[in-house]
Amino acid sequence: MRIVLIIISIIGLMLTIVPAFMVFFGSVTLETNKHLMLAGMLCWFVTAPFWMNKEQEEVV
Amino acid sequence: MQPSTKKSLVGKLEAVNEFEREPIPQNKLKGWKSFLGMYAGEHTAGTEFVIGPLFVTHGVTAFDLMVGLLAGNLLAVLSWAFLCAPIAVKTRLTLYFKLEKICGSRLATIYNLVNALMFCFLAGSMIAVSATAVGIPFDMAMPALNDVLPTSVGWVITVLVVGAITTLVAMFGYDQISRFANIASPWMILVFIAAAIAVLPELGVHSISDFWAVANDRIWTGEPLPGQIRFTIWHIMFFAWFANMAMHIGMADMSILRYAKKWQYGFCSAAGMYVGHYIAWVASGILYALFLFESNNSMTFAPGPVAYRAAGIAGAICVVIAGWTTANPTIYRAGLAVQSVMSHWKTWRVTLIVGAITTIAACFPGLVMQLLDFVALYGLILMPLGAVIFVDTWILPKLGMVSDYAEKRGISFNWAAAISWVVTLGICFLINRWFGLDVYFLGLPGWFIAVLLYLVFSKVYQKKTWEQESRVSANL
Repeated sequence: MRIVLIIISIIGLMLTIVPAFMVFFGSVTLETNKHLMLAGMLCWFVTAPFWMNKEQEEVV
Repeated sequence: MQPSTKKSLVGKLEAVNEFEREPIPQNKLKGWKSFLGMYAGEHTAGTEFVIGPLFVTHGVTAFDLMVGLLAGNLLAVLSWAFLCAPIAVKTRLTLYFKLEKICGSRLATIYNLVNALMFCFLAGSMIAVSATAVGIPFDMAMPALNDVLPTSVGWVITVLVVGAITTLVAMFGYDQISRFANIASPWMILVFIAAAIAVLPELGVHSISDFWAVANDRIWTGEPLPGQIRFTIWHIMFFAWFANMAMHIGMADMSILRYAKKWQYGFCSAAGMYVGHYIAWVASGILYALFLFESNNSMTFAPGPVAYRAAGIAGAICVVIAGWTTANPTIYRAGLAVQSVMSHWKTWRVTLIVGAITTIAACFPGLVMQLLDFVALYGLILMPLGAVIFVDTWILPKLGMVSDYAEKRGISFNWAAAISWVVTLGICFLINRWFGLDVYFLGLPGWFIAVLLYLVFSKVYQKKTWEQESRVSANL
């Protein structure tokens, strides 16, 4: 379960940054980029709290 | 709210123990990742959406910005690593408790109140930045560069709501803030980068080779907006170095770095400097340049709509969260400052009061518009007592003088520290007036002046009080 959450989180970050480069190279529009960034944000904030802080506690 | 729920909430708040008046125990020390997340989160903040654009308004050139930030941020990291962190790890005390030992409770009280007030204003500016994003769906009238007073009822209501939520989070202490910052920071910095890259084609950058020419012609043009002074590479370098002067040279981050296992964790500040104070300042400058380009140099200054224009809802939410992740620890620090004055009060109660003052301050947009000057002034005002702590920890024992003088002599007001503080600021003021040296540069001569003055005054003061005590003992 944890690995699934981490993968979704990484997808969230990829959706945040990768489409911006695609806008730069003319592959997608700025509007599409905004929608993908929103999807990325949801993926990140829904999943990251369940593994990130636990990892921090283990480190500490 | 049910009584049991209320009781458990209060119980949880009462259980928050931040070791305000004792060294951090070994089992509470934190690993380097905790500091990396904290610094990256704290310095990728709401203010970054203001500072980057303000550099554009001050007409800095692209070369001056890039090189000035590189050098200034390096100096800031070194200041954290070699000045603040070693003392934090050696003493494991908050700045405020350490000051009480050196300066006495009365002088520490004055310092703490000044400090808390500064933190309130700083956190207030970040709440205001968040409010510009929260107000977007309500079509709220945004403030302009020359606004000082609240501009509308909608603005005030939005600020009050954002301030209340920020305060609530801060009331739960460092752990909650750290967790929130850790989660948000990787996403936030990617939003900064993504938003800037996505709008580059609209500024005329269609390949990497176009960037430098467009950067000079349309972003950092070297031409300040009307009413703004022109910034040089020196302004940028010193601003980057001293933007957090209160935290590193001023030692406020002793309160955070006292949790570090090793002093070398001070280098974790590089995450905040090069991600937040380099990439984010550059990125937000690009976004603002697009706004100026499209609005024909409009005087409206609102980071929320600027981010929304480039990154949609994610951009606006990033502005809100970026404001929170800095406002939260700043309110927490202010709470610690006041708590050391009112030690019988629980931290959460003090944080509540501090949060209320902060929220009221946030209603005034002038705080945001004059942020560069305020940040520089705030560091300068608090810096001299950071120099006092430095001298007290490393130099006085080597010269045969007494460290933690107030505690050891049982005095409540260390005149040597007080005079050093006031005279340093007085001399800095005169340098500013007579030689026209901008506030951004005063921290450098100011630190050496403070060190020298505290050494001289301590020599005189410790000898004098020692002789007085000896006479009293002899008479007894």
